[in-house]
Amino acid sequence: MTTAQDEDLLAGFEATLARHERIEPRDWMPERYRRTLVRQIAQHAHSEIIGMQPEGNWITRAPSLRRKAILLAKVQDEAGHGLYLYSACETLGTSRRELTEMLISGKQKYSSIFNYPTLSYADVGTIGWLVDGAAICNQVPLCRTSYGPYGRSMIRICKEESFHQRQGFELLATMMRGSDEQRAMVQESVDRFWWPALMMFGPPDAESPNTAQSMAWGIKRDTNDELRQKFVDMSVPQARALGVTLPDPDLVWNQERGHHDFAQPDWEEFAAVVAGGGPCNAQRVAHRREAHENGAWVREAAAAFAARQFPVAEEPAPASASKPPQEQEQERES
Amino acid sequence: MSEILDEWPLYEIFVRGRRGLNHVHVGSLHAADDEMALRHARDVYTRRNEGVSIWAVRSDAIAASSPDEKDPLFAPSCDKVYRHPTFYDIPEDVPHM
Repeated sequence: MTTAQDEDLLAGFEATLARHERIEPRDWMPERYRRTLVRQIAQHAHSEIIGMQPEGNWITRAPSLRRKAILLAKVQDEAGHGLYLYSACETLGTSRRELTEMLISGKQKYSSIFNYPTLSYADVGTIGWLVDGAAICNQVPLCRTSYGPYGRSMIRICKEESFHQRQGFELLATMMRGSDEQRAMVQESVDRFWWPALMMFGPPDAESPNTAQSMAWGIKRDTNDELRQKFVDMSVPQARALGVTLPDPDLVWNQERGHHDFAQPDWEEFAAVVAGGGPCNAQRVAHRREAHENGAWVREAAAAFAARQFPVAEEPAPASASKPPQEQEQERES
Repeated sequence: MSEILDEWPLYEIFVRGRRGLNHVHVGSLHAADDEMALRHARDVYTRRNEGVSIWAVRSDAIAASSPDEKDPLFAPSCDKVYRHPTFYDIPEDVPHM
């Protein structure tokens, strides 16, 4: 392709973005835009899939049938969210097989939050309240992201996340009305998850080299620090309503800024967890790999069954051979 | 055969939200065959009463216009202003038109 043609295509792409219109799968797009999207959507999809594990850990030990049904529905939603996002990512020309492979080989990342363990049932509530709350802060602006299929997936996901956050808050509120021991469980859980939840927005803007380009392309709509601030401001009154203390002595309302001041999480810990050194990294990926490999016979059996039922669909053959046997019979007779 | 086992075919899923509406494209999924595509579509795309009817279509069976031809393909619809009701001047005192 000539440079002049390239420039025309790029100009067309940028004009679409400038009109705030969406880029759709078969449109021309710069290779770096495609790669950035694949990385971001895949990481997002993997997070939903790995995110089933910390909570799935408690399904068999839910304290009541009501809580068990809720938790099952929530974990099923996470699987659904992963599938919406994988299908959006596949429109960019990356196959599902490659995506799965990159997750279980550690080539692509998922959110660092899911590398922390769930030690008590209160964690199910805290994940709903804080982790899904942080996810909502991240995801609502992504409904307007410049890539059509990604934005449409986010709209579906955001509708469902609201149930996730509310069930978590309600679970914690119920425990806070219970015994001293239950209240202590909630506080201990919030103490553990507050800082990792703040890390979910990614490194501070000054250390986030991709942010500027992603915002110019309309992939991201807000910076990491803006979203983190929004999350803190949102969480403070919720914590007050619950009666829990957020474990940050520097957390205070700043009248001048109209926002809360707060301390930064331990970014060295974040880097270590992202690099694979979190408490559960190895376990999460090993579990996903095992599930994928143990499912191989199911995938093969279903494909073999389909191939036997519909041999034509899989192997294009000459017209006469593609008809059912009895029809061929009749043709010969006539 | 190994290619078949590698990855199930891709299906595009269309859901009718309620009676009286068109089926609308909601996304895609992989399934070994048509029946599985419908079952998966129910689980993935209609967990909250989003639909009363599902279509599943193999993605490779869809014919699509190319975005590159957008201008020549749709240009003929732009130059026929007389197709629009506003093209015609009708006196203001003529009712119901």
